[in-house]
Amino acid sequence: MKQKIQSIRARYRYSIILLKQLVKTDFKIRYQNSVLGYLWTLLRPLFLFAILYVVFVRILKTGGQIPHFGVYLLLGIVIWNYFVETTTGSIGSIVAKGDLMRKVSFPRYVIVLSVSLSALINLAFNAIVVAIFMIIAKTEVSTSVVFLPLLVLELFAFSLSLSFLLSALYVKFRDIGFIWEVIIQGAFFAVPIMYDFSIVTSRSILLGKIMIANPIAQIMQNARYMLITPKTQTVQSVYGHDWALLIPVGIVVVTCLLAVAYFRNRAPYFAENV
Amino acid sequence: MDEIAIKVENIYKDFRLPHENSGSVKNAFVGLVQQIRKKRTYETQHALKDISLEIKNGEFFGIVGRNGSGKSTLLKILAGIYQPTKGNVNIRGKLVPFIELGVGFNPELSGRQNVYLNGALLGFSEKEIDRQYDEIVEFAELEKFMDQKLKNYSSGMQVRLAFSMAVRAKADILLIDEVLAVGDADFQRKCFNYFKQLRKENTTVVFVSHSMDAVREFCDRAVLIEKNRVVMVGETTKVADSYSQLFINDSPKGKIAANAKQPPDQRRGAGGVRAKSVTSRKAVYSDKDDTVSFTTTLEGFGPNEYLMTGLRIKNAAGQILQETNTWNEKVKIDDLPAGETCKVSWEFPNIYSDGEYIIDVYVYAYAEIIFDLWDDALKFEVRRLRRDGALVTPPGVIKVHDTKKE
Repeated sequence: MKQKIQSIRARYRYSIILLKQLVKTDFKIRYQNSVLGYLWTLLRPLFLFAILYVVFVRILKTGGQIPHFGVYLLLGIVIWNYFVETTTGSIGSIVAKGDLMRKVSFPRYVIVLSVSLSALINLAFNAIVVAIFMIIAKTEVSTSVVFLPLLVLELFAFSLSLSFLLSALYVKFRDIGFIWEVIIQGAFFAVPIMYDFSIVTSRSILLGKIMIANPIAQIMQNARYMLITPKTQTVQSVYGHDWALLIPVGIVVVTCLLAVAYFRNRAPYFAENV
Repeated sequence: MDEIAIKVENIYKDFRLPHENSGSVKNAFVGLVQQIRKKRTYETQHALKDISLEIKNGEFFGIVGRNGSGKSTLLKILAGIYQPTKGNVNIRGKLVPFIELGVGFNPELSGRQNVYLNGALLGFSEKEIDRQYDEIVEFAELEKFMDQKLKNYSSGMQVRLAFSMAVRAKADILLIDEVLAVGDADFQRKCFNYFKQLRKENTTVVFVSHSMDAVREFCDRAVLIEKNRVVMVGETTKVADSYSQLFINDSPKGKIAANAKQPPDQRRGAGGVRAKSVTSRKAVYSDKDDTVSFTTTLEGFGPNEYLMTGLRIKNAAGQILQETNTWNEKVKIDDLPAGETCKVSWEFPNIYSDGEYIIDVYVYAYAEIIFDLWDDALKFEVRRLRRDGALVTPPGVIKVHDTKKE
């Protein structure tokens, strides 16, 4: 067993070393020349919360029956931001590293993975802010919170898979960049980030079923159910069955397999095609 | 020792170069339709054709060839950066490519951070860099600058840092592409020392270069690639000679026939007097010839005075071996009325090494008004038994004096 671990470590040694440096470089460059530096990773979600609270809780009151709607919103937007940061950050990442790829042979997936990991670190900082507001607001944490790591894993896997697909496609079809931009803008409204999902289900249960099958919507609602309030509608409650969870999870798995297959197939030709 | 480090079998590499549509809206739609129907036109460029090579363990192996011959593509295939269209590459051992110095250097980061980043690309973990950090900085002579951003470095400083990193690389096989092209004499000396050290350590090195001096000095064997094929593999001196030869045989200069005339309108100069023809006493000179001699015929076209004519002899690589003119040699040349011609003969000691040579002819007035510049006017060959690759082969006088007991 020990030997096996060692051989795996030897095999991925180069990737791990590289990944570490790429993530570090990304952080250093992002916060360079800013006075507050790393503090911004905490300040950004903090200010975001302030704005959300004033606009949606105090003025627009879109919360409906949802208690702790401020934190509810914040958690949603944090998850959404992670998804957007990962995918849009990844799309051009392979092309941007074209010069490097033409000079060194290194595992190409490292580039995309490093973007995802940078975003994941950001997500962790954001989670701290969310946790603070959860404590202040005294949200109702469900016992199912033990499954939270699985939910994070699902989010990570889905975002990463899409990133692999998009970045590899972008090498050949630069239109993907614009297409994805449009999709993200549409999805911003199709995912219940800013509103209580019962607005949808009360009008059309079918539409609700379609919308909640989207893995991002499912992850967001499940996370809110675990951390904020059991009044959150989840894929299980909309379909009325626990097994309904398998629909979005299935989508994630299929995306994953597709992404790995396509990326592995295209990766050897990135250097000459970018 | 004779184990094969790199084995390349029948490699082909094609690049598809799609025809670009111009950026109009109409063409964008045409392009879309073509994309869907898979009818987009492209040109196939054959970068490598049927390349086979074996490079032994511990060998210093040179790849030479002209620009665009495919040698860099071959290097990139060896490095695993490009995939061959057909054929196999087998590589035994850890390979580090130096297609360029300072790969991944980020101008926005400090020298120190760049050392870690570049180190990671070379396969060094942070701990490993920590251990060597002081040595790296010292070798690059950049102690005071490591916390400054790289963009504030001079190019010389960047190269020094990059090179200092490169020599750290631990690998069984190194691929080095034309690194010698950058840097001053001091840097080149460092490079050469590094190569000597590699030779001592018996590292397998694949070295792409245009510098035949470097190839001759370091490589055990070499391959000449021309028009995307292997032309010659083997002894370095022979390969380097063939390489130099290419520049006469096949470049535009190759079209110079012995004693050819070039239409005057393709030449530069005011044309008061033009060189009408240039001839050589022989097309091929040998060991038996003590001198080489040429005759130029000048023809007057317009008003002219204070004429001066000269002649230059270049080797295959374009280096000027010899140049002289009527002013240097204090030979007077009369004004030439329009329509009249005069002959000028030239004789030089035959100091030339085995190879082909090219002659340029020029005519000036007042030593500054260009009347005629006829580059690559004539070609001649020298064939010798000695082929040691020296630039010139003047006769030497060697004496061995009697040994005496003191």
